[in-house]
Amino acid sequence: MSSETIHTEHHDEHAEHDTMTKRRIWNVFFILLGITVIEFIIALWLVPGHHIPINWANPIYIVLTLFKAFFIVAYFMHLKFERIGLVFAIIVPVLFIIGLILVLTNESHHWIDLRAF
Amino acid sequence: MSTTVSQIDEVKTTPWAGGRSPFAVEYGKMMMWFFLLSDAFTFSSLLISYGALRFSSNAWPAPDLVFKAFPYVSEDAPLVFVGLMTFILIMSSVTMVLAVEAGHRNAKKEVIGWMIGTIIGGLMFLGCQALEWTHLHSEGFWWGSIPNVETLKELFHGPISTTYAHQFANLFFTITGFHGFHVFSGVVINIIITINVLKGTYEKRGSYLMVEKVGLYWHFVDLVWVFVFTFFYLV
Repeated sequence: MSSETIHTEHHDEHAEHDTMTKRRIWNVFFILLGITVIEFIIALWLVPGHHIPINWANPIYIVLTLFKAFFIVAYFMHLKFERIGLVFAIIVPVLFIIGLILVLTNESHHWIDLRAF
Repeated sequence: MSTTVSQIDEVKTTPWAGGRSPFAVEYGKMMMWFFLLSDAFTFSSLLISYGALRFSSNAWPAPDLVFKAFPYVSEDAPLVFVGLMTFILIMSSVTMVLAVEAGHRNAKKEVIGWMIGTIIGGLMFLGCQALEWTHLHSEGFWWGSIPNVETLKELFHGPISTTYAHQFANLFFTITGFHGFHVFSGVVINIIITINVLKGTYEKRGSYLMVEKVGLYWHFVDLVWVFVFTFFYLV
């Protein structure tokens, strides 16, 4: 029994071939840099120049930020290459945060009507 | 079924039955992940309360007016300085992940080089943040205090609000302060780990897993900045 367990563990460690190489690290860096540059173009030229309205810009920022977060967590923090169990243990609790964001965003639109100033 | 293995032992060979770890990561690394998850909740609660207060306001200091100074260079360069800060932090994240990669190859000298690069990046970021805080403080912003009405008029598009200026000041210093404190502790931890690498602790141990664990913390600090940057400076 014990020898069998050790054997399977040994096998698992060698199954993890896919990992970060230098090339991949720099690719992710340029993706992050590129997304940040796009955010700056929107903030400094497109919105002040009235090429796109401000209420379009904010959702675009949030989507781009989530893209950046994905690349940092998946590649720099290596989560993409971990076991699916660990991935779910980290990602699923974050869904509660999204829930709280939705609730309080909705709530804050109500607060604005309550304010007298 | 084999005659030497009883049925109850056979069950325990699968990951979720207790036979082996379903996560297949070392204990300390898993705990670092769980700590970061709890830290993510803390930062989220701060950022969500910021979002709720800002959404419920009808006037707010405009980021492109408040953050338009580049210390010693220009008084009218909106968001350029914070862009530099973002670049420094992303860059130090890259040097950190390169240190982890060198650790996988047990290349001690390369690990030291990239770790020192990461520490320098962290210190540069802290320096930039100190300059930014000094600038806002010189305008009159601090916890519980705001600039006079004349200055405020230059910081709002449209009508001004002292209530929301107060909320902005408190939230800005609390959230960037909490993040800066994380950067500071990250730099301290990175220095300790670099000293251990220099002493050859991990070389003797045969793995640079500790570099990987502090790497996780450092990337998390970068991750939080990505959100702070978007919600304070862009939106």
